[in-house]
Amino acid sequence: MNLPLATVSKVLKFSCVDGPGNRLVLFLQGCNFACPTCHNPHTMKLCNDCGDCVPECPTGALTIVQGKVVHDPNICDQCDRCLDVCPINANPKVTQYNVDDVLALLYQNKPFLNGITISGGEATTQLKFIIALFTAIKTDEKLKDLTCFIDSNGYLPEAAWKTVLPVTDGVMLDIKAFDNTLHSLLTTRSNQRVLASAKQLFAAGKLHELRYLLIPGRTDSSQEIKELADFVRALDSATPLRLNAFQHHGVKGEALTWPTMKEPDTERIAAELRSAGLTNVVVPAVYI
Amino acid sequence: MSELLKRFKGITEDPGLSFTQKARYLSLEAENSLPYPELDEETAKALEERVICDMYEGHAPFKPRYVMPDYSVVLEKGSTFLELDPATTLDEAINSLMIAYHHVPSVTNMPVFIGRLDNLLLRFCDDVSDEDLYKKLKLFWRYLDRVLPDAFMHANVGPTDNRVARTIMRIDAELKQIAPNLTFIWDPEVSSDEIFSQACESIIECSKPHIANNPLHQPLFDEYGYGVASCYNVLPLCGGASTLTRINLREVARRSKDTADFFENVLPKYIDLNFRLTEARIDHLFNKSGFFEGFLVKEGWISRDRFTAMYGIFAMAQCVDELQAKEGRSGKYGHDETANQLGHRISKVLFEAVEARPMENCWRGKAMLHSQAGLSDDDGCTPGVRIPYGSEPDPVTHVQALAEHHAFYPSGVSEILTLDETIENNPAALEQLVKGAFSLGFREFSANVSNNDLVRITGYMVRLSDIEKFKECGGSRINTTVLGAEAADKGKILERAPRVMSHELAPRYSQ
Ligand code: SF4
Ligand code: SF4
Repeated sequence: MNLPLATVSKVLKFSCVDGPGNRLVLFLQGCNFACPTCHNPHTMKLCNDCGDCVPECPTGALTIVQGKVVHDPNICDQCDRCLDVCPINANPKVTQYNVDDVLALLYQNKPFLNGITISGGEATTQLKFIIALFTAIKTDEKLKDLTCFIDSNGYLPEAAWKTVLPVTDGVMLDIKAFDNTLHSLLTTRSNQRVLASAKQLFAAGKLHELRYLLIPGRTDSSQEIKELADFVRALDSATPLRLNAFQHHGVKGEALTWPTMKEPDTERIAAELRSAGLTNVVVPAVYI
Repeated sequence: MSELLKRFKGITEDPGLSFTQKARYLSLEAENSLPYPELDEETAKALEERVICDMYEGHAPFKPRYVMPDYSVVLEKGSTFLELDPATTLDEAINSLMIAYHHVPSVTNMPVFIGRLDNLLLRFCDDVSDEDLYKKLKLFWRYLDRVLPDAFMHANVGPTDNRVARTIMRIDAELKQIAPNLTFIWDPEVSSDEIFSQACESIIECSKPHIANNPLHQPLFDEYGYGVASCYNVLPLCGGASTLTRINLREVARRSKDTADFFENVLPKYIDLNFRLTEARIDHLFNKSGFFEGFLVKEGWISRDRFTAMYGIFAMAQCVDELQAKEGRSGKYGHDETANQLGHRISKVLFEAVEARPMENCWRGKAMLHSQAGLSDDDGCTPGVRIPYGSEPDPVTHVQALAEHHAFYPSGVSEILTLDETIENNPAALEQLVKGAFSLGFREFSANVSNNDLVRITGYMVRLSDIEKFKECGGSRINTTVLGAEAADKGKILERAPRVMSHELAPRYSQ
C-alpha cells in the first residue's frame, strides 16, 4: 500500500489563531513561496541531507544514517542551531506522520478541540496527505464533528482545489499584494493564482478568512489598500479580513532591515477599510 | 522596653500603615503573644521547621478560618441580634446583606464568602426592571470593592441561567474591580450555552469568573450544598472550615532518602503531625473560644457541625522534582510522564490518609484534602499541585498533566492557565478548553489572559497598574496589590503598605 506520509515540522495542541475555536495545528514542512518576511523561514524547504548541520549540533542529536540525516528528539534541547546553519532554509527536526498517527493525536486531544488546521510551510504542497486525512476524519464516528481547515498561500491551481474542497470546511488564505510586480518581489511568484483561489474558495463557500500582511512602505500604500478593499467588496464586504502587521520575530535576512508595522498605522488602515465598507476587519491582538 | 512592647510601638508608629491596619496588626500581635495551643514536641518541631504550617493563623483560634453563612436565613427570617426584619424588596435584601457581611468573621476579619447571590436575590427581582436591577447591583458591587476591599471575598453565581447571574457577570466585566472575586458554577445539565459563553467572554475581559464544575462538587455535599470562597475553597454552606493547615511537600521530600523512604516513612510521619496540629487548633476553637455560642449559630446562619478542616498541601512540583533527582531521573513535573505519575500517586496517598483519619468536631467526621494556593512569601515553592510559573506547557498539555490530581482534592484545587491575548478574537477556543478540562475531571478552572490589567497571582486578583503605581509611589487602596507586588517581585517585602492589607495572605506584621 502506498499510504501518504506528511513531513511535519511542528504540532500544536492549542491554537486560537488558526480558525474557529481551539485547533490542533499541523505545520507541514516545505513551501512553494520564498517570502523574505517569513517568520518561520526554516519551514520553507525539505532537507536534502547535505549534512552541514550535523557537526553543529551541540548535543549530538543529529546523525547520518545511510546517507540520511536523522534527528533524535530525546537528546535535542531545541537550541535551533541546526536551523541557523542550514544553507537552504530546511529543518532536520521534522517527523513523518501517517494518517493514523494524526488520528491518534486527535483522539487523545478530542475533548479540547473544535477542529484541525493544516498549516505550513505551505500545506497544499502535501495535498494527497491532506485529502486522505480529512476523508478519514469525516468518516470517523468519533471525530467527524471536528472541522477541517487549511491555511494556505493560495498558489494551488483550481483543479487541485476541487479535489480537496469536498472534505474541507474552510480555508484561511493569505494575499501578499495586489500589484503583481510587488507580489513577485515579496514571494517569488505571481499573484494570479492566489487571487483566483480566493474567488474560487469564496464561490464554494469555503473562504473562512482572508489575511493581508501589512509591510510599511510596501503593502500599505493607498493603492494596495484600495485594491484590497475593492477585492473584498467584490466577494462580500462581510468576509473576515485579518490584518497582520509585519514584525521581525523569526525573520532572517534582508527583511530584518525593513521597518516593522506599528499599531497606530495598522489601526488607521483598518479604519480606512472599515469606512470603505468592510464590516469584518480584525487587527492583531499583539505586536511582537 | 520588652521586645513585645517594641513591636507594639513599632506598629503604632509605622508611617506606612493606615489606622485600621495598625489596629489589625496590634490585635494579631496580641493574639500571638499568647501561648500556642498545646502541641507535642514532635509536632511543635515540625511546625517550627515549617514542614507543616498553620498559615500563621494566630496562636489562639477564636473564629473559624472560613465562614460560609446561609445568608437566606437573614433574608427570610431577619435577625433578632441585628434587629433586622425579613427582607421584602430587592433594596431591603441588598441592604440586609451589606449589614450581614460586617458580622461574618473569617481569618481576615472580612467575609470570604458573600453568598450564592443569584439564589439569594432572584426571588426579590420579579417586579424589578432590567435597568433597575443593573443600577442596584452596580452600586452594590462598588460598595463591596470599596468597603470590603479584600480580593479573597468571594461571590458565587450559577449554575442556572438567570437575570441576576447575567447582570452580575456583566457588571463585573465592566468594572474590572479586584473585589469581589467571582465564581460561576457551571453544570452542563442546568446552565445554558449562553451563560457559559458569557462567563468565558468575561474571563477574556477581566480574568474573572473562576468556573466551578458542579457535577463533580455537588455529590460531595448535601441538600444545603456548597459555596466557593476565598481562593477556590469548596466548603459546606451553613458552615465552612475551622482551619487550614498544610504540608510543605518539598520539605518532606528533602527529608526522605528516596521515593520508598518518602512513601513508607517520611510522608506518613508528617501527615500525622499535620493532623495533630489541626486537632490542637480545632480543639481550641471548639472547646475554648466560645465562638459557637454566638448569634450566627443561634439564628441558624451557620451550624456548629458543618465545619470541616481543610488539610492542605503545596510544593508538589518541587517535591516531585526532588524525588526524581534522588532516583537519578531528570524528567520534570508537568512535562514528564513518570514525574507526573509520581505526583498523582502522592495525591492519592494523601487523599486516602485524610479519608482514613477520624476527626472530632469536623463535618462528617473527616478533614478534606486541599491543594493550597500559597502565601506570597512561599519562597521557591509552587502553590498546591501547580506547574511552576513560567514553565507551563501549552494549556491542553497543562490540563492533561494535572487532571488526574483533581479527584483527590474535594475542598478545592486551583490551576491558573495563562492564555496569550490572541484568545481575545476567539472565545470559542476558551470555551472548548474549559469543556475539555471538565471532561477530564478538572473540578475548577481559572485563566489569566496575559494582556489583562486584572490578573490572578496565586488565586486572588491584582491590578497590574496598581502594582506599577504601588512601586512608583508606595500605596494602593487594595490589599492584595501588595501580595501581588511581592509575589511578582519574589519575596520583596513592601516598604509601605497600601490602604488596605490582604489579610489572608499577610498574616503577620513585617517591618
Ligand atoms: S535544535 Fe538542532 S542543533 Fe539544537 S540540539 Fe536540536 S538538533 Fe541539535
Ligand atoms: S537540515 Fe539543512 S543543513 Fe541539515 S542536512 Fe538538511 S539541508 Fe543540510
